[in-house]
Amino acid sequence: MELCDHSGYELSFFLREKKISAQEIVESCLARVANVDGRPGSVDSGEMTLDDTQKVHSFISITAEMARDQAKKIDQKLANGENVGSLAGIPFTTKDIFCVKDTYSTAASRIIANFKAPYTATPVARMLEQDAIMIGKVNLDEFTFGSSNESSAFQPSTRNPWDTTRVPGGSSGGSAASVSAAEATLSLGTDTAGSIRQPAAFCGVVGVKPTYGRVSRYGLIAFASSLDCPGPLARNVTDAAMMLQAIAGADRHDSTAANVAVPDYVGFLDQGVKGLRIGLSPDYFQIVYMDAVSGEMIRHPVSDEIKATVYHAAEVLKEMGAEIIEDVPLPNMRYGIPAFFVISRVEAASNLHRFDGVKYGYRTPQTLSDLNEMYRKTRNEGFGLQPKLRILMGMYVSAAQYSEQYYNRALKVRAMIRHDFDQVFDQKGKYRLNAILTPTTPSTAFPMGDVYGDTVLMQYADQFTVPANHAGIPGISLPGGIAADGLPLGIQLLGSDFSEADLFRIGRAFEEGTQTEAWRSLKPQVLRAGV
Amino acid sequence: MKDEITIEVFNHLVSLAALELDETQAQYLRHELNQQLKAIHELEAVPLEQGLKINAHGVAFTPQTSPQLRTDDWIPFEDTTDILAQLPQSEDRYVVVPDIPHEKLD
Repeated sequence: MELCDHSGYELSFFLREKKISAQEIVESCLARVANVDGRPGSVDSGEMTLDDTQKVHSFISITAEMARDQAKKIDQKLANGENVGSLAGIPFTTKDIFCVKDTYSTAASRIIANFKAPYTATPVARMLEQDAIMIGKVNLDEFTFGSSNESSAFQPSTRNPWDTTRVPGGSSGGSAASVSAAEATLSLGTDTAGSIRQPAAFCGVVGVKPTYGRVSRYGLIAFASSLDCPGPLARNVTDAAMMLQAIAGADRHDSTAANVAVPDYVGFLDQGVKGLRIGLSPDYFQIVYMDAVSGEMIRHPVSDEIKATVYHAAEVLKEMGAEIIEDVPLPNMRYGIPAFFVISRVEAASNLHRFDGVKYGYRTPQTLSDLNEMYRKTRNEGFGLQPKLRILMGMYVSAAQYSEQYYNRALKVRAMIRHDFDQVFDQKGKYRLNAILTPTTPSTAFPMGDVYGDTVLMQYADQFTVPANHAGIPGISLPGGIAADGLPLGIQLLGSDFSEADLFRIGRAFEEGTQTEAWRSLKPQVLRAGV
Repeated sequence: MKDEITIEVFNHLVSLAALELDETQAQYLRHELNQQLKAIHELEAVPLEQGLKINAHGVAFTPQTSPQLRTDDWIPFEDTTDILAQLPQSEDRYVVVPDIPHEKLD
């Protein structure tokens, strides 16, 4: 076991006890990156090689020198007997959708591949203030538009550390893969429809989508502003709780960062689950998706393996004192994806109009007759297919003659999804739930190339995660087991607004209740190969 | 089933979006748009409650949870050179762009 394989709280403890140095932690992570990651993603990647197919490719840029400088400063502080931050010495990666001063902040798109951020996003700044060490910036679907990482303009795109022929999920695929392969201990991701939780499930790590407004979006390159949530990815619940503690809270730069006190998440962790009411809903045990040829909606139950994993988790929590409530109705969950197709596209189109080649980013090198031609050629050459698709759809469904039929209706459906959750979390209502337990995804990680291109089917990979984004409520994905295909299975807990402390508490109890189970000792393929 | 987004509608959208697509891209994107619209049409089956209020976000922002309004003070950015360094083309700290076409409005 290398230093980089330790949890964040262990590293923090060892560091404060002066058993290790921050510089040793950084070198351990960089060695792991050198062993498993392969070449970083690039817009001019050339041909894929056999070696490329066996590596993880989490990174777009590795900030080794910044990390070494930071580690040196932390070691110096400790040597001088000065206080250090709550995340001192803990290495993390940042999804390359966040601006970090003096680093390329690319959104995995050619159109801002050369953009060097002049300021740092609030969640990253808060990590650095607590002395966490940034190892680098990691790959994602272009502008976060995808669920597999394959749409990144920076190729080779990230692969799943458990099986490099599979996708890591997305859009925070680089974040999940980097934590899963222990290239870093923590990662900062974003979740708009499940972009933290789905890759966390696919890569066997913990992923947290906080309540909307719990974490500032300042410095985040926006996808859908009413849905985007920055949040942690980690290898265990305690580390995730430590990280959320550091990044949560009001921010003068973001008027949607809620003015709600941040609880002591770590302090609540070991309070157990006795007396907590956890619901299971039949609406989360069926898959609904559209047949690509007929256009018919198809409905069938999730696999027995996925269902058994969730029911096993419920059993574990019941044995630890939780009350399990079955048959909780959440009838509008199935409309989460169609509503997302509308709302997210309208907001994405609005956010993408700023990329025009005038003030920053890519500008076409072609000879141009006028400004309009420059816009068209720059945007055509700079954007990949997925941003173009979102711009076109967003403009169509928000057009004056269609907005009542599409956009306003989708907003009303979002309100109905929210209402479903309000009813089951109402502490004076029939169900009085503290949390809902569901599968995170309808499948394990799918093979690379299998779904990419079919944008409808790809979106339906998020059907168990997107309702929480519509409702704004928090969710956490936890490793729940290993499937027969050797890939991780995720379970999800959803709670009421600002109930992250309860979700961490339940998640920690589940970890304790399953710590001796055989699947807990299994490692990702890239680490089993003797790396 | 007839495509909702016809070639004419599609070309109009492309023009409004300030894009310029080759034939392969156009074909793929129009197909995907129509596929997504089929999925979106499922929303039409949802019986909407009367008087349903819509929110700008899922989470309601109350006066207690909203940040306090602050005075509208101008705070200069610490290093404007860093921002200007991003300009694709500049001259004497001004942005340079190709000719800006003008249309006479009726």
